[in-house]
Amino acid sequence: MDRVPILVLGDVLLVSIQIDLEDQLALHLQEDLAEKISASSAHGVIIDITALDIVDSFVGRTLATIAAVSKVLDAETVLVGMRPAVAITLVELGLTLRGIRTALNVEHGLRLLRDLRAADEFEPDDEDEVTADDSAASR
Amino acid sequence: MVEENSATRLATVLAEHQGPILEHWNDTVGATLRGRLTKSELKRQISDLYAGLRSTLESGSTSLDGPRGAELLALLNELSGSRARHSFSVSETAISIFAVKDALNAVTGGDDKIVSKADFAEFSSFIDKLGLRTVEAYVTARETIITEQSEQLLELSTPVVKLWDGVVAVPIIGTLDSARSQVVMERLLQTLVDTGSPYAILDITGVPAVDTQVAQHILKTVVAAQLMGAQCIISGIRPQIAQTIVALGIEFGEIVTKANLADALQYALRASGVEVRRTTKSVR
Repeated sequence: MDRVPILVLGDVLLVSIQIDLEDQLALHLQEDLAEKISASSAHGVIIDITALDIVDSFVGRTLATIAAVSKVLDAETVLVGMRPAVAITLVELGLTLRGIRTALNVEHGLRLLRDLRAADEFEPDDEDEVTADDSAASR
Repeated sequence: MVEENSATRLATVLAEHQGPILEHWNDTVGATLRGRLTKSELKRQISDLYAGLRSTLESGSTSLDGPRGAELLALLNELSGSRARHSFSVSETAISIFAVKDALNAVTGGDDKIVSKADFAEFSSFIDKLGLRTVEAYVTARETIITEQSEQLLELSTPVVKLWDGVVAVPIIGTLDSARSQVVMERLLQTLVDTGSPYAILDITGVPAVDTQVAQHILKTVVAAQLMGAQCIISGIRPQIAQTIVALGIEFGEIVTKANLADALQYALRASGVEVRRTTKSVR
């Protein structure tokens, strides 16, 4: 049985899905990620779905579950690289993937995670302000 | 040897009186077109048609099927196409064909010895057929032009422009229908991916009316962009439209709306951490 590889980038886990995400595969990914997060004490998870043509309701729900599980394990999940066609289909289906953070690509995802982390550590109450300052500093 | 019939008799008459008929035909058509076509161009078209007419009649037939007829039809299609492109009216185009009857009549002076009544009737119905084909070809050409233009308009009317590093905008002008909203949505989302811009501004200053359906399309675009990890800002909602939106009970929810494009840009810049400051130094 195929498994989706999980790469470790510092304190971020990177999952790049390159094959069709079948139901069983999505469930395996959910288990593997939970294990890996607690094993590596990662603070962020990036799931790259650039290669995915289809995201059905089950996969959508599984991704939401992954995000919720990661949150419990103190890791933020960012879904990156969704194609326009996929986004349009999801919207037409009425699936808004509530509770999942999204970014355009891996780079933006990493930046978002770093900003979130910075906000967490220094000023938990004023997230937006710090986010803006931090990304300004990074330019 | 082709047997003698009204078609071949007509062909002979057309051959004998070619000069005067052509001249008369040219003049009549030239008068109706009122100089919107150059004289040489018109002359070329008319003499091509005349040659086509003659060669079809010489084959002894007043039917448009067969190779000679096909040649003549091709000429007619070309003529109609060029007339349609130069925005001549249908009647102006049809007269270009029908005028040959007048020309023949005027040149022969209605003399039965040159062209008998029966032959002229035959000629007349032949030209009528040609005229009908011309009108048909004209309409087809016009429709093609209209389709092309509406496609081009759709392309032209949805430009996605980059305002700043990471900020793109779509100024929408004109009515938003389903087809257009689809184009706007697809192009905007694709541009977000291509340029990696996390901020998109939908400027609807030029949209005269927003109904529930249009609002629905805008909302879909915004949500789709959010799913992809970008933020959409709507700007330029007119006061009447704002009232309509509220009256219709459309919820924009958490979607950011700004009064105008400038405000929206400023918001996007702030959000992406760019600081805009006016220096005390005045512009030279």
